[in-house]
Amino acid sequence: MSAGTLYDKVWELHKVAQLPGGSTQLFIGLHLIHEVTSPQAFAALSDLGLGVRHPERTVATVDHIVPTTSQARPFADPLAEEMLSTLERNCSEHGITLHGLGSGRQGIVHVIAPELGLTQPGMTVACGDSHTSTHGAFGAIAFGIGTSQVRDVLASQSLAMNKLKVRRILVNGSLANGVAAKDLILHVIRVLGVKGGVGYAYEFAGPAIAALSMEERMTLCNMAIEGGARCGYVNPDTTTFAYLQGRPHAPCGEAWERAVAWWSSLTSGPEAVFDDEVLFDAGTIAPTVTWGITPGQGIGIDEMVPTPEQLDPEERPIAQEAYRYMDLQPGSPIAGVPVDVCFIGSCTNGRLSDLRAAAAVARGRQVAAGLKAFVVPGSEQVAAAAEAEGLDAIFRSAGFEWREPGCSMCLAMNPDRLEGRQISASSSNRNFKGRQGSASGRTLLMSPAMVAAAAIAGHVTDVRTLLDTPSTPSSR
Amino acid sequence: MSSTPFPTGPIRSCRGRTVAVVGDDIDTDRIIPARFLKCVSFEGLAAGAFADDRAELAGRHPFDRPEHQGAVLLVVNRNFGCGSSREHAPQALMRWGIRAVIGESFSEIFFGNCLAMGIPCLGLGHDEAKALQAFVAAHPEQELELDLEALELRASGGEAGAAGGEAPFWTLQLAEGPHRMLVSGQWDGTGQLVAHDSELRTTAGRLPYLAGFPA
Repeated sequence: MSAGTLYDKVWELHKVAQLPGGSTQLFIGLHLIHEVTSPQAFAALSDLGLGVRHPERTVATVDHIVPTTSQARPFADPLAEEMLSTLERNCSEHGITLHGLGSGRQGIVHVIAPELGLTQPGMTVACGDSHTSTHGAFGAIAFGIGTSQVRDVLASQSLAMNKLKVRRILVNGSLANGVAAKDLILHVIRVLGVKGGVGYAYEFAGPAIAALSMEERMTLCNMAIEGGARCGYVNPDTTTFAYLQGRPHAPCGEAWERAVAWWSSLTSGPEAVFDDEVLFDAGTIAPTVTWGITPGQGIGIDEMVPTPEQLDPEERPIAQEAYRYMDLQPGSPIAGVPVDVCFIGSCTNGRLSDLRAAAAVARGRQVAAGLKAFVVPGSEQVAAAAEAEGLDAIFRSAGFEWREPGCSMCLAMNPDRLEGRQISASSSNRNFKGRQGSASGRTLLMSPAMVAAAAIAGHVTDVRTLLDTPSTPSSR
Repeated sequence: MSSTPFPTGPIRSCRGRTVAVVGDDIDTDRIIPARFLKCVSFEGLAAGAFADDRAELAGRHPFDRPEHQGAVLLVVNRNFGCGSSREHAPQALMRWGIRAVIGESFSEIFFGNCLAMGIPCLGLGHDEAKALQAFVAAHPEQELELDLEALELRASGGEAGAAGGEAPFWTLQLAEGPHRMLVSGQWDGTGQLVAHDSELRTTAGRLPYLAGFPA
């Protein structure tokens, strides 16, 4: 059983009571809500005659259903409009802050909470969205919940939870040029599997993790859930503190020093005991692309789609399903697979550094003919910062569309979606069948720079070849 | 669609037809595609259950086959319900008629969502799951009886029982906590959480970030 880890310390601090069923009542320090998983929770609260216990600890935004072309109200889709107006009414009735469209602070919930300084080390963070694991990048214990649990947090600022085991993912070495945090997490999931993390929190540690920026750590923790781990985290350090300092909700003045001392006291110490540990060498990881229908079906850009014989017997049935669905041949290279749509954005890779990495590839080049490519900033703040440094102009002149913030084609609850059997190069997090809005649509997950490279080439390609060669305006 | 009332109070047993959905890593996008999440109420979600898989199979999906209509037990394989935390997934299954899910393993969020709705997710081994799915395929009309207190599933009466020999029988797994919550009726825990007012205050009092890191 783990002991002395950040997970153990934060768990102990937030314990409220032991429940009759044997689970622990855990206090939730920060509750984030959005329009998709909250309306039924507010309705249930009302049915129970309960109010919101700590409205100041719940923060709302709208992200999943917003169009990314025109965000003028009312939305063209009446269901989307109803969902947003329901959220607005619920927040207003219960005194909850809503960062709405045009507020300057709207965006994907897992992008705005960090950028506003709401997410801090040592907190418990819950949200009705599985990618809440993102906030673990700060050394918070953050996890996705369902709507019944959203109701419980609204009513009691707490949840009935069972403690997870802790697996340390120790990453030595350093990522090679052109290899991103996205490649690292796709590689980890490829090795440990999509169910390897069930029952675990993943602590990401080691030199390669220490070297990551906060935005890269968010990408990493965001996809812990794709490996089955409901939460993933990184111990807070000077990188964490530097990111937080000066943000709107971060402590300031003398409180800042006290906060840093408290945050530092929570890290997994040298005496920490883990339930499991797995070692990786960052230097061996290549830009990674998924070829199948689970995020664990990833391979290096220079590898071939695995044959059944190369796979664990238990993985063969889903591989067979993936070959059929994706129409990819075992033993064929992933490089060169033509794509129809290129999507850069999402809670995984819709932050400023992601857009910079993609723009560095797109600069002075042109999107391949006949291909649709678009960039969706993760928040209004990301959009403003990107525009201030001219990234929008780089993308536009390269032939990408520059959109308004939202979840967009990650899950296609808005007008952005694949059509028919289109295949996308996507910087999002899930390549499930039908995920991007077409029941036969196909998704290749990769880093934002790799998506930009695919957009230029018209097919999956190694971004490192574009980084090494000077670009010319006519290059294809 | 479901005619059985939704779960309330202690969940001790469940009896009826069974439907098997075969495959590992069936994610919640497949259980209910995102377009069905455009709603402010869970009512009407039954139509979305496995909607894309069902369309692809054009009537041959287990949820569309006549012999599985009215099924209350669902048998699945490994890591069922992975991916999105959407409670719409178990809500869709429940509204279609499912009252218990039996499988090799479940994603944690899906398991917790089901528990909060009074839907047990019960485990069984790989070979047993395959055998149960084969049994369901061979005897689709056979009613099975889930005894949640004893954690047993058995075929009683009907063709399989009448065929002579031992009636098929499976032992299921469920962790002690969720087991106790379901059979005691304490799975709907909002009241318990809210009742701990002083304990909630005590915990809040030791979290410096709630008070702006006071000196």
